[in-house]
This record gives sequence, C-alpha cells and structure tokens, in this order.
Amino acid sequence: MADKKKKNLPPAAQKYKAFQQKRETKRPILKNCVKAFFVGGFICLIGQFISTFYIYFFDFTEQTVGNPTTATLIFITMILTGFGIYDRIGQFAGAGSAVPVTGFGNSVISAAIEHRTEGFVLGVGGNMFKLAGSVILFGVFSAFVVSIIKTILIQWGGL
Amino acid sequence: MIFFWAFVVGGIICVIGQIMFDVFKLTPAHTLSILVVAGAILDGFGLYEPLIDFAGAGATVPITSFGNSLVHGAMAEAEKHGLIGVVTGMFEVTSSGISAAIIFGMIGALLFKPKG
Repeated sequence: MADKKKKNLPPAAQKYKAFQQKRETKRPILKNCVKAFFVGGFICLIGQFISTFYIYFFDFTEQTVGNPTTATLIFITMILTGFGIYDRIGQFAGAGSAVPVTGFGNSVISAAIEHRTEGFVLGVGGNMFKLAGSVILFGVFSAFVVSIIKTILIQWGGL
Repeated sequence: MIFFWAFVVGGIICVIGQIMFDVFKLTPAHTLSILVVAGAILDGFGLYEPLIDFAGAGATVPITSFGNSLVHGAMAEAEKHGLIGVVTGMFEVTSSGISAAIIFGMIGALLFKPKG
C-alpha cells in the first residue's frame, strides 16, 4: 500500500517524504505507554470506587453496576471538560484518557461546547457526535454482525 | 483486591490504545473504533464476561465494554424474539453511556462557554 502511494508521487514529493521521515521527532513510546498505563488505570480505579459505592449503598449487582458508573464518570467528565482540565490530562496521558469511557464523554461534550457559537440546532446538534459517531457506528455494526452469527448458530446450529 | 486488578487491567487496555497511537500511527477515532469492534468480537466468543468478573471496572470503564454491552443487549433480546431481537435489543444495556453523553453534553453546552 505504502509503495503504491510512493510511486504515484512526483520525485520532489518523494524526496520531501524521505526528508520528513528522517527529521520526524521520534515518539517516546515507552514513556507514553507508562503514562497511559497509570492514568488509564487510575480512571478505572475511580470507576471501581464508584461501582463499589453503588453496590454497597444502592441495590445494584456486579452485572448491572456498569450503567450508573458510566453515567457518573461522564458527569465528572462534563465538569472537567467545561473547566478545560480534561484537555490537559489528555495532552499528558494520550490514550490513557481517550480509551476509558470518559474519553468518549469528553469527545461528545467538548464538541458540544465548542460548536455552541454556531447555534444550538446546527452547531451543538449537528456536531455533537462528530468524533464519537464513528465509535457508535462501528460498535453497533460489529455487534450486529456478531449477534446475528451467534443467534443463527444457536438457533439452527444447536450450539 | 478487585481495586488492584481494575487498575492493572484498565491500564493495560489503555497501553494497547497508546501502542496503536504511537507504533501504528492511527488516529484516536480509528483506535477507539478498533477497540469497540474488538470488545464486540471478544464478547461473541464469550471472553469478555470473565474479564469483567475478574477486573470489575477495569473492564467496564474502557470503551471496549461498549461493544461488549451492545452484543449483550442484542443477544438477550434475541433469545426471546429470535433474529428481530438483535435489532430491537441492541441498546438495551448500553443506553446509559449514550444518553448520559447526550444529556451532559447538552448541559455542558448550556453552562460553559468555549475557550480560545
């Protein structure tokens, strides 16, 4: 794929690409991974505290507690995003703050806040799921395919 | 003990995401989409549920659990109503994440002003 792309470029662009690749700053992969591990782990730890709180004080089981935990985490994300704190965490932690469900919440909420100057219908309504839309699309479609296959196997395959 | 495993498993899933960012040079949207699909496929093989039992929020907080709970809702409804249940039951379990994101996104847009 990469070779095919290279052949189509004019020679000057190829030269530029080689130059760019040589000069590109190397990403500190190990350092980034350590940061992502600790921040991501810490967010999950907070989630676990919230879950334990809900199991202990309200009537949730370990299977159903995921829902209120998610909602609470997204609420916290709204406050952090609104005051601009989540962006800073994101710059520091990379995937550590993007992969947990708070990252999903942040992408929706920050898009909503950012586009409110364009009006509530076209701005907020139209742009809210700009980033999170792909997650929902591929999540729903893959879940659909997996469930269809599994249902067919169970019902007609006698699995 | 579950607190420790929640920290470790959640951290490892985030490291997988970071490796996709840095080593494979994927955008965040690609990475999150791949993780969601991975969660759905893992649940299709019945592997995600044991992970939740083992790690608690370490498995439910990362975005992979979104794919997992989509499949879960669809399968629960499919057992009752057959193939049509796959479509009707899909958002049964995972509604809280999306509705919370929409509601708090709207409240956030009402309360906060954009910066910069």
